[in-house]
Amino acid sequence: MIDWVKKIFGGPTSSSTAKERLRLVLMTDHLALAPDIIENMKRDLIDVISRYVEVDRDKVEVNFEREDRALAMLANIPIVSVNRPNPPPEPPRVPPTLSGPPPRRRRRKKPQTQNPATAH
Amino acid sequence: MAMHQPLAQEVTAPAPKLGRAIVVTSGKGGVGKTTTTANLGTALAQRGAKVALVDADVGLRNLDIVLGLESRVKYHVLDVLEDKVSLDEALVPDKHSETLVLLAAAQAREKDEVDTEKMRALMQRLREHYDYVLIDCPAGIELGFKNAIVGADEAIVVCTPEVSAVRDVDRVVGLLGNRFKPQLIINRLRPQLVKKGKMLSVEDVNAILRLPLLGVIADEPEIIITTNKGEPLALRHDSETANAYHAIAARIAGEDVAAPAPELKESLIDKLGSFFGGKRA
Repeated sequence: MIDWVKKIFGGPTSSSTAKERLRLVLMTDHLALAPDIIENMKRDLIDVISRYVEVDRDKVEVNFEREDRALAMLANIPIVSVNRPNPPPEPPRVPPTLSGPPPRRRRRKKPQTQNPATAH
Repeated sequence: MAMHQPLAQEVTAPAPKLGRAIVVTSGKGGVGKTTTTANLGTALAQRGAKVALVDADVGLRNLDIVLGLESRVKYHVLDVLEDKVSLDEALVPDKHSETLVLLAAAQAREKDEVDTEKMRALMQRLREHYDYVLIDCPAGIELGFKNAIVGADEAIVVCTPEVSAVRDVDRVVGLLGNRFKPQLIINRLRPQLVKKGKMLSVEDVNAILRLPLLGVIADEPEIIITTNKGEPLALRHDSETANAYHAIAARIAGEDVAAPAPELKESLIDKLGSFFGGKRA
C-alpha cells in the first residue's frame, strides 16, 4: 500500500538527490579552495570571543563537517580564563563586591611618594 | 580592434585582424570535448570561416580520429614548437571542409615537453591566419590544461548533466577566471530522463554554474555513429543534433539565434507510462 502511494505521489527522484549532493560538494569545495577566507573568519571569530573571555589563540580549531544534508562549522575554542582581559568600556551593571586591583596610575605614583619618605 | 582605430590609419595600414582562439575544456574527461571541438570546427567551417583545430592533448591524440584524418597526420604540434617542420607542413587539411585544418597532438610524447611560451606564440601565429582557432584541451587541470589555455582568449566549457562533471567544470571555471569569458555547452542530455526526474536538467546544472549557455546537445546514437566513421555530424544538416551544432556555431559567430535545446520526443508508451505515474527512482 505504501509503495503504491509512493508510486502515485513520487518520492525523491535521483535527479533531486544529485542536485542535493552537488550543492553540498560544491560548498565543501569552495571552502577548501578559500583557505584565506577561513583564516580571516577564524581570526574574526577569536576577536569577538576574546572580548568576553580569554582564549588560547594557538589552539583554536575550526572545521567543517558534512552531515547528511547540511554543512556545519565546528569551532573548538579553548578558554583560558573568564577574567576579561580587556574590560569593555561601558560600566559593569553590578558594582563589584571584591576590591579589584587598584588602577595602574596610583601604583606608579606610590613609589614616588615613598621616596621622599625614606629620605627623611 | 581595427574598428576603433581612426579611419585614415585603417586605410593606410590595416592592422591584421586576429582570429579568435577558443579553448574547449571541461576538467573531467569523457564528457565529449573532442567530439564537440570537431563538430564546432566543422560547423564553423561550413559557414565559410577559416578554422584551425589544435589538439592540445599531447600523449593522447584523438581529434584526428574524430575528424577521420588519422592517416594524414605526418607532423604534430611539438614538431612545430621545436622548429622541426614549418607550421604549414604540420597543418592537415580536412577531408570534408575546405577551410578547416588540424594541428595534431604528439602521440609518443609527454605533456611536460610542451614549452608554454612557445605554445602561446604558436596560437598567436594561427590567429593571424585563421578566423577561429579551437583548442581541444586535455582532461585535468595540470600542465596540459595550462598549455592549452595559454594562447586562448575565450573558453567553451563542456559539461554533462552529472554531479562529477558539474563539480569539475565549477573548478575549471574558477581556474580560468574572468579573462576567458567562459560559455557553457551541456552535452549528452537525455530529455526523457530529465522529464522522469532521473537526470539533472539544464536549469539544475546552470543554477550552479551560472554561465552563458551556448546550447545543449542531446545524447544521440548518431553522434557515436558519425564518430565511428570519422565524419563529424555537423557535416550534415538533416538532423536535430547536427542543427544544434550549427546553431551553436552561429551563436559563437555572434548571430542572434536561440540556444539549441533538445526536444522531448515522446512515444505513445511513454505518454501512457507517465499518465499512470511511472516508477520514479
